[in-house]
Amino acid sequence: MSPKEGSGLSRRAWLATTSGVIAAGLLKTQADAVSLVAQEAPVVGQDHTKVPGRFVSELGQRAPGERPRRLPRTQALSSSSRTPLQDLHGIITPADLHFERHHGGVPNIIAEEHELMVHGMVDRPTVFRMADLKRYPQSSRIHFVECSGNGGGVYNRDRMPTDVTPQALDGLLSTSEWSGVMLSTILREVGVRPGASWLLAEGGDSAVMSRSVPLDKAMDDAMLAYGQNGEAIRPEQGYPVRLLLPGWEGNANVKWLRRIEVTDQPTMTREETSRYTDPLKDGTARQFSFVMDAKSIITFPSYPYVLPEPGWWEIKGLAWTGRGRITRVDISTDRGVTWVPAELQVPILSKATVRFRHLWEWDGRETVILSRAVDETGYVQPTIQQLWEARGERTNYHQNHQRAWRIGADGVVTFGLGELL
Amino acid sequence: MSRFDGARLTCVTFVVVAVCAVAACDPGVSAGNAEGDGQADAVSSGQLPANAPSLFGFGSPASAARVALWDIDVRPDGEGLPSGTGTAAAGKQVYEMYCIACHGPTGNEGPNDRLVGMEPWGDWPGTRGIGNYWPYATTLFDYIRKAMPQNAPGSLTADQTYAVIAYILSLNGLLSADAVLDATTLPAVEMPMRDRFVPDDRVGGPSIR
Ligand code: HEC
Repeated sequence: MSPKEGSGLSRRAWLATTSGVIAAGLLKTQADAVSLVAQEAPVVGQDHTKVPGRFVSELGQRAPGERPRRLPRTQALSSSSRTPLQDLHGIITPADLHFERHHGGVPNIIAEEHELMVHGMVDRPTVFRMADLKRYPQSSRIHFVECSGNGGGVYNRDRMPTDVTPQALDGLLSTSEWSGVMLSTILREVGVRPGASWLLAEGGDSAVMSRSVPLDKAMDDAMLAYGQNGEAIRPEQGYPVRLLLPGWEGNANVKWLRRIEVTDQPTMTREETSRYTDPLKDGTARQFSFVMDAKSIITFPSYPYVLPEPGWWEIKGLAWTGRGRITRVDISTDRGVTWVPAELQVPILSKATVRFRHLWEWDGRETVILSRAVDETGYVQPTIQQLWEARGERTNYHQNHQRAWRIGADGVVTFGLGELL
Repeated sequence: MSRFDGARLTCVTFVVVAVCAVAACDPGVSAGNAEGDGQADAVSSGQLPANAPSLFGFGSPASAARVALWDIDVRPDGEGLPSGTGTAAAGKQVYEMYCIACHGPTGNEGPNDRLVGMEPWGDWPGTRGIGNYWPYATTLFDYIRKAMPQNAPGSLTADQTYAVIAYILSLNGLLSADAVLDATTLPAVEMPMRDRFVPDDRVGGPSIR
């Protein structure tokens, strides 16, 4: 009998009873023995060496005390939820914590019904089913996906928050091992005609998400991804197949991909005109700003953590660039006056997040700490003043300026960019 | 509206500019994809195994009818627009029936996106709306046919779609109240901000743009 079966027995009483049974040697069979195994959530103070553990199971679970959660913005068809960057280790985002940005909700697609049509300026317009796509030579690569609206909450001088977590600030960023077929393989298969220069990628969701993508990128490292961290891609990430454009803004990585039309011009969809364009200070608006420039964020210590005492603390964070590899991350613990290189944790992969860390002895005085990423093109993550100077103050996409955390003498950590303006 | 007068690039010119722009940002874009980036093998750098056939032949041919069924995008030159016609007056009725709940009585009140943008751009419009930001009127057809009304996407007829676009453009001061839209007149609507859009000039390296 287990306590679940309505006997009214408390768990402790049950354990006492069962151990009494064992002690009394009343077990007749091995089946009696295994039925006594503890099957429930942990009990505080329990000596686990004295209670048999749980059985094997078909599906693993997180430890009950570990509750990392995405942070949803609103319950709406067009909305987002953010990855808890401060709760993660290493570079891979667990698939169920990968950020979301949908424009028409998450469709419930049945993989066996899904079709991808590739047509337009091609010799052989073709409809592929998932089984077809999976028969092509497979690739797996680790890449970040980041929404270009990431960081959009901290660009406005007049609305610079202090109570913002890494998740709320930069959680529209996740990294996965993606598996699929290279788009170049599929384009070779359908035979791209001379004169083609773009393609239109279209989703099978209720927003029919549509983005124009230059053919050069499609032939370079674009992938039709159906795998994510070893399993089928999650519905929220585009099940059963999404376009993956390594290093390019998340929106163009069209999910639930159902159509690719090869063209000789961009289609000028709403998401590349009305949205995902960047108004600049000279009155123009930058269009097709695909690449995510280098960026980094310290995820520890960060708001709302409180450093309990001065002494040795390891500053930890993530850096990434859409232009290749991160070559260096600098740390400042004195408001940006002096900088030292952080340690980079291998693997340092192209268009993937990299972990950095820096051992720091905090003297207990108020300060502001910052990180600054450098990529293989020599690009240095700019200050917010440099971005304002280049773009003006009102554009909200592609906000990759240096993030800062203020550490008070009381150890209270808050978002610290406002301190530096 | 006089501030919107002056040089306007044609659609064709813009496309050329955009294509050049993408070519120009290529070196930055492809940096790191070459061998030695830590994870590219032959397949993931686009080269198939040496014994790969010239054609695998998986998948099935897409018939013309099949292509027509799904090929619903609309381009700036009007390619993809269906036959049909609609007036702003008819569009007002469509709007009040299917759009008003989310976009407000005059397209300004929400709760969802404002569909009217009249304030001058200056160095940056406070609200990026259709009249003061959108570069192409054809995008309205592409988008509304695919995604609106959000609770019943793809439910409007072609006539209703032309009509509601005519109405929205008239709310934005870009069409007169008696305007008629169809596959010929929609691409011809001049959007004031068309020449404000410029290609991405960020290229990596030391420059901050
Ligand atoms: C249920 C609410 C709802 C209804 C009804 C609705 N819309 Fe929308 N509309 C939205 C939302 C939400 C967005 C923004 C979607 C996004 O950004 O992903 C939007 C965006 C738009 C946009 C793009 C605005 C911009 O500046 O980018 C247009 C145009 C539009 N709707 C037209 C219409 C028309 C026309 C109708 C009626 C036929 C309609 N909508 C009905 C919710 C609605």
